[in-house]
Amino acid sequence: MVLSPFIAIGLLEYSSLVASFRLFATTLAVTVTFMVMDVRVTIKFERIEYMNEKKTPLLEMKHISKDFFGNQVLTDVNFTLRPGEILGLVGENGAGKSTLMKILFGMDEIHQTGGFGGEVLINGESVLFETPIDALAAGIGMVHQEFSLLPDFTATENILLNREPLKYTALSELFGERLNVLDREKMTEISEKAIKRLAVTLDPEMMVSQMPVGHKQFTEIARELSKEATDITEGIKLLVLDEPTAVLSEQEADSLLKAMRLLAESGIAIIFITHRLQEIIDVCDTIMVMRDGKIIKTVPAEGVVIPEIARWMVGREVKTVSHKRAVQDTAEREVLLKLQNLWVDMPGEVVRNVDLDVYKGEIIGIGGMAGQGKLGIPNGAMGLFPAGGKIFFEGKEIPLNSPRNFLDAGMAFVSEDRRGVGLLLDESLEWNVSFTAMQVQDKYLKKYLGGLFKWRDQKAIEETTEKYVKQMEIRCTSTKQKAKELSGGNQQKVCLAKAFAVEPKLLFVSEPTRGIDIGAKSLVLQALRKYNEELGTTIVMVSSELEELRSICDRIAIVSDGKVLGILPASTESAEFGLLMVGQHSELVDGGSL
Amino acid sequence: MTLQRTNLQKVKRFLGNNTVTILFLVICAFGIPLSGYSANYLVSEVVVRIARNSFLIVSLLIPILAGMGLNFGMTLGAMAGQIGLVFISDWGIVGIPGIVLAMIISTPISVALGIWCGKILNMAKGREMVTSYIIGFFMNGIYQLVVLYGMGAIIPIRSNSLVLPRGYGIRNTVNLIGIRKSLDNLLMIRLFGIPIPLFTLVVIALLCIFILWFKKTKLGQDMRAVGQDMEVARAAGIKVEHTRIVSIVISTVFAGYGMIIYLQNIGTLNTYNSHMQIGMFSVAALLVGGATVSQAKIRNVFLGVILFHIMFIVSPMAGKNLIGQAQLGEYFRVFVSYGVITVSLVLYEIRKKHDRGIAGQILAQEQGVEA
Repeated sequence: MVLSPFIAIGLLEYSSLVASFRLFATTLAVTVTFMVMDVRVTIKFERIEYMNEKKTPLLEMKHISKDFFGNQVLTDVNFTLRPGEILGLVGENGAGKSTLMKILFGMDEIHQTGGFGGEVLINGESVLFETPIDALAAGIGMVHQEFSLLPDFTATENILLNREPLKYTALSELFGERLNVLDREKMTEISEKAIKRLAVTLDPEMMVSQMPVGHKQFTEIARELSKEATDITEGIKLLVLDEPTAVLSEQEADSLLKAMRLLAESGIAIIFITHRLQEIIDVCDTIMVMRDGKIIKTVPAEGVVIPEIARWMVGREVKTVSHKRAVQDTAEREVLLKLQNLWVDMPGEVVRNVDLDVYKGEIIGIGGMAGQGKLGIPNGAMGLFPAGGKIFFEGKEIPLNSPRNFLDAGMAFVSEDRRGVGLLLDESLEWNVSFTAMQVQDKYLKKYLGGLFKWRDQKAIEETTEKYVKQMEIRCTSTKQKAKELSGGNQQKVCLAKAFAVEPKLLFVSEPTRGIDIGAKSLVLQALRKYNEELGTTIVMVSSELEELRSICDRIAIVSDGKVLGILPASTESAEFGLLMVGQHSELVDGGSL
Repeated sequence: MTLQRTNLQKVKRFLGNNTVTILFLVICAFGIPLSGYSANYLVSEVVVRIARNSFLIVSLLIPILAGMGLNFGMTLGAMAGQIGLVFISDWGIVGIPGIVLAMIISTPISVALGIWCGKILNMAKGREMVTSYIIGFFMNGIYQLVVLYGMGAIIPIRSNSLVLPRGYGIRNTVNLIGIRKSLDNLLMIRLFGIPIPLFTLVVIALLCIFILWFKKTKLGQDMRAVGQDMEVARAAGIKVEHTRIVSIVISTVFAGYGMIIYLQNIGTLNTYNSHMQIGMFSVAALLVGGATVSQAKIRNVFLGVILFHIMFIVSPMAGKNLIGQAQLGEYFRVFVSYGVITVSLVLYEIRKKHDRGIAGQILAQEQGVEA
C-alpha cells in the first residue's frame, strides 16, 4: 500500500520515457525531411520565343481559369497591362479578384488545389511562378490588405527586412555572412529614397507600432519600391495594391492616390483593387469589372460614372425576391434592441461606432464588404470580443463583454465560426442541440431534493433533437452521431437548432450560409424565416451575400468602416445597395451616419 | 493614435511592469538588516556571485531575442560543460589550459544538443518554455546513462578518484581541484579589501559586448524579426526555422561555457545534481532583474544577479535571527525561485491581456473625438 504511489510514479516515468523515445524518433525523421527539403527550390521559367516585334505588354494573362474542386471561380479571364498603366480591378466579394492575384503570385494555395488553366506572360515571356518569392524576384510586388509589418521595427527596418545592406566583419568568414553587421546609414539612405519616390512624409526612424495606419500603408509600399534591381532579382515593375485605401482616412487616401500616379509616371504598372469606386475613376487608366469569375467589362476610366460601375458589379440577373414581406411602418414599431455607440475590437472586423435600432418581430440584415465590421457587431454584442458602448434590450441595459448576460437576457447568437464557436465537434447532436439551453436556462434537467441535484433529462433531450432533425431535415444516422461527422450544411442546421432550443426573443445569425451548398442554403434560410413567422422571433442576420439578405430580410443595414452607412428596405433595387456600399448617397437611405 | 496617460497611470504602469524587481528590493531591504551581515561581507559575496553566475544568465538572452522565451534547455549546455570537466579531470589537465580544453570538449556536444533541441522546439512553436523544460529532464536521463554506465565501461576513464568503486560510472562528487578558481585567481585584485576576480569579469564583459554586437548583425536582426512575427519574417524570405535553431545552439554553447566558469568557482562537481537547478536559478535571476518572456537586456542580468543572490545570501541568516532556524532560508530560496518564475509568467500574461484592451480604449476615444 505504501509503495503504490511510487509504483505509480515509476509507471508514469516509464510512459514518459516511451514518449520521449517517440519524440526522439520523430525528431530524427524530421531532421532528415528538413535536409531533403532544404534543397533550394529552383525557379523554372518556361521560355517561349516571342515573335512579335511590337511593343509587348508588361503583363498579359491569357484564358485564365481556375476551379476549386469543381467549383468554378474563374472562367476565361484575359487582360493585358502596359508599363505605367494603372488598372482598377473591381468586383463584389467572391468575384474572383483575389484568386486572380493569387494565380499571378504563384501562391501555394493555387498549386495545392490543382493549379490553373491558361497562361501568364511577363514581357511577352510565359512564366510560371512556383512561390511568391519567385514572383518578387521577377519584379512583381504586392501590398496586402492586412499589414505584414513588424510592430517593433522602424519604418527603415521594415522596408529593408531581409534585404539589409551589410558591412563586412571578420567573423563572417568563419560563421557565414549572417554575421556581417547591418549598415544602418545605407539602410536609412535606401529607405529615404523609396519614401521620396512616394512623395509622402514618413519618418524612416519611426516605430511601426506608433504609426497611424496611413503611414503603415506607405511603409508597405515603400518596401516594394525599395526593391532595386540586383543580379538575382529585377527591380519592381508591377505593383499590386489590394484595397490599400480601405483603412485610410480621406486625406491619407488622397496622398496615396497621388503617390500612385507618380509611380505610374515612372513606368511602374499598378493593379489597384478597391471598393471605393470614386478612387478608381480618379486614378486609373483602365477599369476592369469582375463578377462571378468572369470579366464583365474592361473600359478606359475616362467618362465612366459610378452608378455604371456599380451596376456592372452587382448587376447579376436579379432573382425575383421569392417572398415579399409586407413592409410595415417602422415609426410605430417597438424597439427591441438598441445599439448605441458600439465599438468592438475584433481583429479584421473592427466596429467603430454603430448605432442601430432593431424592431420587434422583424428580420434585419447587416451587409457590407468583408472586413468593414459587420461580423464585429454580433460578436461584440455577445461579448466574444472586447466591446464598448451601450446595448439596450427591451429597454434594459445589458452589460457588455459578458456572454452570460447576453444569453440570460433572451438573445442567442449563431456564430460564423461553426466549427470553433458554434459546435462541440466531438459530441453527439443531442448534446449540441441541448447544451446552451441546459447551461443557461436549466432546461432538460430533472431536479431532485429541491434543486440540490440536477439530473439530465435524456428523454426530453432526445425528443427535442428528434424534432429539430425532422424539422430542418438534418441528415444524420441518428441523434447520437457526432457533430464533426456531418457535412457543413447540416452542421449549420445543428447550430441553428441549438439556438432555437434556447427559444430566444432575438437571434443573431452570422453568415449562416457561408460555405454550404445551394440546397442547404435555402433550407437554412427557410428555417430562419419560418421561425421568425411562427414564433415572432426577431432576427438580426449578418451576411456578405446581398441577394440572400434581400430574399429574407425586412430591412438591410449596410456597414462600412465600422459604421452603419445607411438602412434600406429589402425591396430596394440591388444597384442602390451597390451604391451605398461604395459610399454614395441616396434619398432612399434611412438613418445611418453618412 | 496613441492613448494619453495621466501621471498616476504612468506610475501604475511602471509599478506593474517592475513588480518582481520591486518585490525583491523590498525583500532585500528587510533581509539585509535582519541578517546582520556587514556591508563588506555582502559586497564581496555579491561580487563572487556575479562572477560565478552572470555568464550562465547571459546565455539566456539570445533565445529571448528570437522570441523563444526563456530557454530552460540551457541545462543541456550545462551537461555538456560537465562532461568536458570530467574529461579534463581524468586527463589531469590543470589551470587555464584545463578550462579551455573543457570548453573545447563541451562545444561540439553543446552544438549537437542545441540543434536537436532547436528542432524539437520548432515543432512546438508557442510552447517553447515548457518543451525545453521537459527536454531538460529527458536529456538528464541520457546524461545519467552516459555518465553512470558509459563512462569507465565504454568511454575510457582511468582515474580511480573519478570512477565508482564498482569499476564504471562517475562518482557523485568530482573534486575539481586542478582548475579550482584558476580563472578567478588569474587576475585577482583587492578593492577596499574586497577581492575582485578581474579576469572572470573581463570574460563576462566580453560576452556582453558580443551580445550587444550580435544584435547589430544580420543574424541578430533576423532573430528580432522572427521573434516579433514568424509569418512576416518568413514572407520576407528569412529562414525562420534555421534562425531559431541557431539561437538555441548559441545559447546552449554559452550555457556550457557558463557552467564551466560556474564550477571552476565552486571547485567541486556534483555529477548528478549540479546541472539540475542551474536552469531554474538562472531563469529566476533574470526575471528578478526585470526581464520578461519577450524582452531581456543585459542590465536585467546584473540587476537580477545582485538582487537574487543578496536574497540567497541573507535569507539563511535572516531566518536564523528571526525564528532561530537557518532552514527557513533554505526553504525560502527554493520557494522564491519557483515563485518568481510563476509570478513573472502570470504578470506577463496579465499585461498582454491588458495591452490588448488598449485597442478598445483607442476605439472608444475615437468616438469621443468624432462627437
